[in-house]
Amino acid sequence: MEYLNIIFQESYKILFLLVPVLVSVAMIVWLDRRVWAFVQKRQGPNVVGPFGLLQSLADALKYIFKEIIIPASSNKVIFILAPIITMTLALIAWAVIPFGAEKVLADINVGILYIFAVSSLGVYGIIMGGWASNSKYPFLGAIRSAAQMVSYEVSIGIIIINVLLCVGSLNLNDIVIAQKEMWFVIPLFPMFVIFFISALAETNRPPFDLPEAEAELVAGYQTEYSGMMYAMFWLGEYANILLMCALGSILFLGGWLSPIDLYPFNLIPGALWLIFKILFLFILFALVKAIVPRYRYDQLMRLGWKIFLPLSLTYVVLTASYLFYFNLLPTI
Amino acid sequence: MIAHAIFFYVFSVIAVVSAIMVTVSKNTVHSVFFLILDFISISCLFIMIGAEFLGMIMLIVYVGAVAVLFLFVVMMLNVAQQKNQWFVSKDSSGHIPIGLLISVIIFFELIIVIGGWKYKPDLFNSAKSTIDKGISNTHSLGQVLYTDYIHVFQISGMILLIAMIGAIVLTFRQREGVKKQSYIKQISRERAEGVEVLEVASNKGVKIDD
Repeated sequence: MEYLNIIFQESYKILFLLVPVLVSVAMIVWLDRRVWAFVQKRQGPNVVGPFGLLQSLADALKYIFKEIIIPASSNKVIFILAPIITMTLALIAWAVIPFGAEKVLADINVGILYIFAVSSLGVYGIIMGGWASNSKYPFLGAIRSAAQMVSYEVSIGIIIINVLLCVGSLNLNDIVIAQKEMWFVIPLFPMFVIFFISALAETNRPPFDLPEAEAELVAGYQTEYSGMMYAMFWLGEYANILLMCALGSILFLGGWLSPIDLYPFNLIPGALWLIFKILFLFILFALVKAIVPRYRYDQLMRLGWKIFLPLSLTYVVLTASYLFYFNLLPTI
Repeated sequence: MIAHAIFFYVFSVIAVVSAIMVTVSKNTVHSVFFLILDFISISCLFIMIGAEFLGMIMLIVYVGAVAVLFLFVVMMLNVAQQKNQWFVSKDSSGHIPIGLLISVIIFFELIIVIGGWKYKPDLFNSAKSTIDKGISNTHSLGQVLYTDYIHVFQISGMILLIAMIGAIVLTFRQREGVKKQSYIKQISRERAEGVEVLEVASNKGVKIDD
């Protein structure tokens, strides 16, 4: 009986987290398309509902009623597993994101490592989908994305080490509280820029969307997918983008802390601040998509290995020596 | 406690079954997927005994990086086609004694480790003593790793670095006729060397490319 109670309580909490995440994923797709359209002086989706807000719901309905086609020569089990894995991994990472001092589903000691591990697993959905389709374009897209995500994970990991040096804990709430005096975006500004660009590459966003470059690879690893399975890939991708925005705002923009610790700003709850910061980062993501042309593959690899990796490693040495020299290293 | 035991048995059964499937399954790509499943369930077991840092590092390093490269190589080589030739061809049967020898060695190593644990119970306690200090797993690991074992840690890092450089040197080959983009060359191009004004005689033209 006790176990059942615990299970019910936890399920409620999980639902209260997951349903808003899924709804905001749908809304964020609409926002992405609107921002993209406004930069290009178009209207974007504006017909379904007020300002076109219900466009994503209409799209979702369309995807649900479309036929799911499984290619005859594909590896069926892995073909079906791939979108499920992408979606699941994109959602389970939200368990450790803190929306307030107490408002976190799982307050674990190694929260940042957990997010990093889950986002590094995200590549499997893409590889499995590309391989199981048993066709040229998906396979090329999968191979590209494997190389790309592994390369940019390295620089993201080293940037996280930079932040951890200043915090002294792997817990996400501790990371937020450590920024009470000053957000890490000020002392670690170059790392914030590199994190932002690496996050673009990690989530396969333009200008690094080579795994699904439509001019060369049709739709990359998604080519053979249709209906709800395609929609799951697509939802997982946007949930990942939101997660990366959340991670960026927790690591550098002070998470749920208000920008100034003064009277009118204190009243706004921390969760809203976090949402504002996530939205700010996401609009930057959308603007980059509209403004920057796609990278060539060798340029992408060069940027990751020859520029970001040495830069972030140098910054680790700089941060560590600064903290050590001025005796600012965090104690347990 | 019951829930703990149930989770332990679920994860260990998955680990053992997927480890068997790695060797049994005929498709090489499937074996790599089972290997990944094995890694994941073992990291779950790590988390269950309270070593959450090790579990996460296992996920990041083995599943997130090493297994991706495994998959990469296996998919590119297309090993699946030659699956049945291995035991049929006569010259490859020479591998069986070596494999047997290695498996016997591993078996005895396991017996020594498990036997030592059983007959010397304080060995387990001495390993456990660093965990029960009220500080997090990561801190206690760091305190041991960067004080008592700093030299071993640094030497293993150097060995890994050398192995990486060695692998790069062994596989590096310079190919002829590969076009490369030089950013410095492109940026430092001046108008004087890029543009040339020519007097073109009518009906004759000029030859530019030479």
